[in-house]
Amino acid sequence: MDELLTLLQNNARTSVEDLARELGTTPADVAERIDRYERDGVIRGYRAMISDDLTADDRVTAVIEVRVQPEREGGFDRIARRISGFDEVVNMYLMSGKYDLLLFVSGKNLRQVASFVSERLSTLDGVLSTGTHFMLKTYKEDGVLMAGEVQSDDRLQVSP
Amino acid sequence: MDSTTSPSRVARRVRELPFSGIRKFFDIVAGRKDVISLGVGEPDFNTPWRIREAALWSLERGATHYTANRGEPALRQAVCRYVAKHFGAQYDWDREVLVTVGVSEALDVAMRTLLNPGDEVLYHEPCFVSYRPTIVLAGGVPVCVETRREDDFRLTRPMLEAAVTPKTRVLLLNFPCNPTGAVLSRADVEDIADFCIAHDLTLVSDEIYAELTYDRPHVSFVSVPGMKERTVFLHGMSKAWAMTGFRIGYACAPADILENMMKLHQYAIMSAPTTGQRAAAEALDHGDEAVAQMVAEYNRRRRYLISAFAEMGVPCHTPAGAFYAFPYVGGFGLSSEEFALRLLEEHQVAAVPGDAFGRSGAGFLRCAYATGMDQIRESMRRFADFVDTLRQEGRGA
Repeated sequence: MDELLTLLQNNARTSVEDLARELGTTPADVAERIDRYERDGVIRGYRAMISDDLTADDRVTAVIEVRVQPEREGGFDRIARRISGFDEVVNMYLMSGKYDLLLFVSGKNLRQVASFVSERLSTLDGVLSTGTHFMLKTYKEDGVLMAGEVQSDDRLQVSP
Repeated sequence: MDSTTSPSRVARRVRELPFSGIRKFFDIVAGRKDVISLGVGEPDFNTPWRIREAALWSLERGATHYTANRGEPALRQAVCRYVAKHFGAQYDWDREVLVTVGVSEALDVAMRTLLNPGDEVLYHEPCFVSYRPTIVLAGGVPVCVETRREDDFRLTRPMLEAAVTPKTRVLLLNFPCNPTGAVLSRADVEDIADFCIAHDLTLVSDEIYAELTYDRPHVSFVSVPGMKERTVFLHGMSKAWAMTGFRIGYACAPADILENMMKLHQYAIMSAPTTGQRAAAEALDHGDEAVAQMVAEYNRRRRYLISAFAEMGVPCHTPAGAFYAFPYVGGFGLSSEEFALRLLEEHQVAAVPGDAFGRSGAGFLRCAYATGMDQIRESMRRFADFVDTLRQEGRGA
């Protein structure tokens, strides 16, 4: 992967000038590459990593295993598109193994998630079964540790 | 005179030993708040979790006893596999490897094993602060060869030929180099190897920063034919694996030297820390990917520093190894120490005056990039402000 993408993935707020220094190139080159990645859909957006456990608004996340009936033409894609369109679905993957789709569904409370599963998801044509697991605590997300305090630097200030 | 204040309580050779220039600066920096330190000679990364987890597991299983004096067989075997793969030399794990408390111990033991009183040791400055005292305490006579910015702080055969005498017994080298970030090319290494052979010298090669090279791969002296037989190769886990606190280094050397080093190690140390040895074995066998990730990050920081100094108009050779930039600040009409003190007091950035690493480091500043990118960016903004201030005072170009 282009090192520029790695840097943006780690911290998308880094300025174009700083990125250029880190990569040993010019700001104009960095800006042009970012534009191209955005145009081509390689970069799909920028956002903050927020620890939900530390914010005031409680949210509930469920991980849902879904078995579906693949179709003769299109396989899983049509039903997957249909499910992934719901705002409640934040992540969704096609899996190998005992079930087909894995969904991360987010809602204001348990009732809202339950009603999404029972009224929207399970009633779709092609959905054979669902298994819902509620998330209790986030320890790590996208490579970032989310539990515990932000670590401080406790090295000596000067050393040989 | 009261015996508790008598200077004669302490042996003369220790009394006369100067304190490290780093320590003096450490005392000035210690306790200050909001300081960004580029003075830290150790990685900011924590030891990769896989390695720490191996240490925890060893404790859970009760591996809390002494090991063999030379180190655990499993670790010495891992050292031999690693050195063969990355440095191109085959060592006998049972007779040619000694696991030590960091490279510092290995260096001390090597010097005391090799030197008779009055034997001369060639070494290069600017260099790591303990080289000269270690030679002196081992009874040797340190003979310094000064490397220069014009040569990117490389060491060349003509410089060595000018300093060698019939009393020279040992050549002590550290490339990639702390504090200059200098590396040697294959041609340099072969030239210096020829020099060692021509003058029948034993080489002590501290290659602790070997993994941290950025523009071309490290060339080890033990990869040159004829050198393994006359080299004490020193390496350890502290830098590339971010394992400073584990205190594990090692020496690989011909069996006749190694078994005598082992005697000193045995009497002074017994065996290196067992938890550290277990962690080191894990690191050597399974740490390559973590090392590569850290090296990639160091390289980004290095490029950032080089660009930032160039934008400020502060001369800085391109450091090709280790994690130090060594800019020249002598053009501002201040000594290294005055520059470092004002940078600290007026802009809260700590960097170590270059002459802490030897007289030839005067005019330079060691800036370690073993600190997070956010800190590096902010430190360079402050550095640039300071340079502007100095220019407004009419100092420098």
